[in-house]
Amino acid sequence: MSKRQKREIESKGVRINFKMLVNYGYSDGSGDYFITIDTDKCNACGACVGVCPAQIFEVVDEDPYDPMNEQPQTTVIPEKKNKLKYECERCKPSGNDRPALPCVSVCVSEAISHSW
Amino acid sequence: MEKEKKGEFWQWAETNWNNPDIRWEEAQFITLGVDVGSVSSQAVIMVDGQMFAYGNMRTGSNSPNSARNALKFALEKTTLSEHRIDYSIGTGYGRVNVPMADRTVTEIACHARGANFLYGPKVRTVLDVGGQDIKVIRCDEKGKVTNFLMNDKCAAGTGRGMEVFADLLSVCIGEVGDRSYLVENEPVAVSSTCVVYAKSEATSLLRKGVSTNEVLAAYCSAMADRIYCLLERVGVEPEFAITGGMAKNYGVIGRLTKKIGLEPLKTVWDTQLAGAVGAALFGYALCQKGKSGK
Repeated sequence: MSKRQKREIESKGVRINFKMLVNYGYSDGSGDYFITIDTDKCNACGACVGVCPAQIFEVVDEDPYDPMNEQPQTTVIPEKKNKLKYECERCKPSGNDRPALPCVSVCVSEAISHSW
Repeated sequence: MEKEKKGEFWQWAETNWNNPDIRWEEAQFITLGVDVGSVSSQAVIMVDGQMFAYGNMRTGSNSPNSARNALKFALEKTTLSEHRIDYSIGTGYGRVNVPMADRTVTEIACHARGANFLYGPKVRTVLDVGGQDIKVIRCDEKGKVTNFLMNDKCAAGTGRGMEVFADLLSVCIGEVGDRSYLVENEPVAVSSTCVVYAKSEATSLLRKGVSTNEVLAAYCSAMADRIYCLLERVGVEPEFAITGGMAKNYGVIGRLTKKIGLEPLKTVWDTQLAGAVGAALFGYALCQKGKSGK
């Protein structure tokens, strides 16, 4: 389900119970660099882990942001979180015709999005 | 503040507290939450989910010692012994270095849970302005995180930045808020949000003869702008609460509130405790679930 569809349904007064949107990344003087993972959509299949040339993703056994939840979860490796602008650079060449991002296109559940 | 040392304007008062009415001897579970942050450390002891004692002090250069000192400080006026504690959880930047912790929990989860306790279950958005990071957390009525971001790459708009400014302008950090409102006209915010550049910008303003209060106002305003940008990314849903040391600085919070158009919730507790409170509550929940193995 796309964000637009979700918004449409929500505007009709139906509340969609998504679990958590996790924004990995940072904002500094040069701009905002966030990768958002929707933990409700993510099924921890690990497809993004293999496809990312910078290897920024990993699947962990337990949700680090909810100690009461013991299901596996895809996360951005903490050491790479504050370097996303540079880690993601190779998939984001400058110019207008940017190719599809491997992590976004490989994710069948559309759980990953980039802010820049 | 009597505890402020002469010439160290950034010093804020370290505090501890306990509730003498709670009889810990009859308690089922006594849990400890330790939040070792980049600037301050807190230890909170809960007796069956009730606040029993806390200690709030500066983090030293050594995380294990900071955790031990905070716990010692919290227990200072109580008869409780450290060995009676059933379960301990460490959180914050230094969480891997909390020697007494049975496990660690990320500060995001702890802050949401802590704010839920400190401000009540109606909290939906938590803004935590800590020593060196800013967290914006959206949570549900149980204190479970639904959306969050944490910016710990850039120290602009954080507590440490305010300490640097207090020191530069020789104004006690507790007075920054009030003094920043003692200006006739609200000055233009300093253009740099970076602590280092904002500091040099302030120095040049002072040289031009701008009053200290006006420079403070300009900086508070820049910090409010910076925090507002991060808030916008996640979105603010009422009710809104601010935790962390910056919640005590009305100069920033007042300006931020004006921008958002939402009055933040108030609490009787120390706003710096949120992380440690959340950790202690998670400890209690895990004990109840029978996970502690005790």
